[in-house]
Amino acid sequence: MNSRSLLLSPNPNSLKSRFTEGLLRALLRINQHHHQQPRSSREIRKRHRLIKTAAYGSMASAVGNRKAWSRALLSKIRNQARSGAVLRRSLGSSTRLLSMKKRICHLQKGNSKKNRVEVGGSGQVDKLRRLVPGGQLMDTCSLLEETAHYMKCLTTQVQVMTRIVEIYNIP
Amino acid sequence: MSSRRSSRNSRQSGGSRITNISDDQITDLVSKLQQLLPEIRNRRSDKVSASKVLQETCNYIKNLHREVDDLSDRLSQLLATTDMDTDQAAIIRSLLM
Repeated sequence: MNSRSLLLSPNPNSLKSRFTEGLLRALLRINQHHHQQPRSSREIRKRHRLIKTAAYGSMASAVGNRKAWSRALLSKIRNQARSGAVLRRSLGSSTRLLSMKKRICHLQKGNSKKNRVEVGGSGQVDKLRRLVPGGQLMDTCSLLEETAHYMKCLTTQVQVMTRIVEIYNIP
Repeated sequence: MSSRRSSRNSRQSGGSRITNISDDQITDLVSKLQQLLPEIRNRRSDKVSASKVLQETCNYIKNLHREVDDLSDRLSQLLATTDMDTDQAAIIRSLLM
């Protein structure tokens, strides 16, 4: 019998297993570093952002460099971490410098979109390009293939996260 | 291989990339996407247009992004209240895999 269902014979090398492993490790790390109850809304937002990045990052790592979307997602996360750390170190947190930080991030985002908008595609394809990581750099054929794989991985991601939430809900 | 050559040609001529990629390939890929979408898959009709498939795909991906956001929110609240340790992680691992 072809064991397509992972429930019967869990494959430790499957995408789902690797993703789960990575996500759990990241969650442990986040909990260790941010152990006290988040008081301010800023801390809550930061923790939420960390977990979201961990989820997307673990999935992209599990896929590895095999797909364009995972490569794009991993480099985006690395750039965010790098620019965030550099800015935090050099600018501090005064309000004037915070607004400069926002302007820099905005410019970075703007540049990546301006150069790659394709003329001649239907509106739907452009919408899809914005949703799939790295979509701005692909031709239409690759975009559709990457979309199919991305959708499958996203579905797995949601499944696993839902299961984790269910397990934690048991007191 | 030929598709890659033709799309390279269209890039040089400056025309729209889409018209030079073979329609068959697009149809194949669109039908592959169609199989993955939960709503359209059940209807199994060939009359679903490509633009509808693309639209449903965009909506589906947006919904998935929203769900990940919502689940991250719940996870962050749960992490704050429960004390996650390595034993619990092992339990989760065994239940999930």
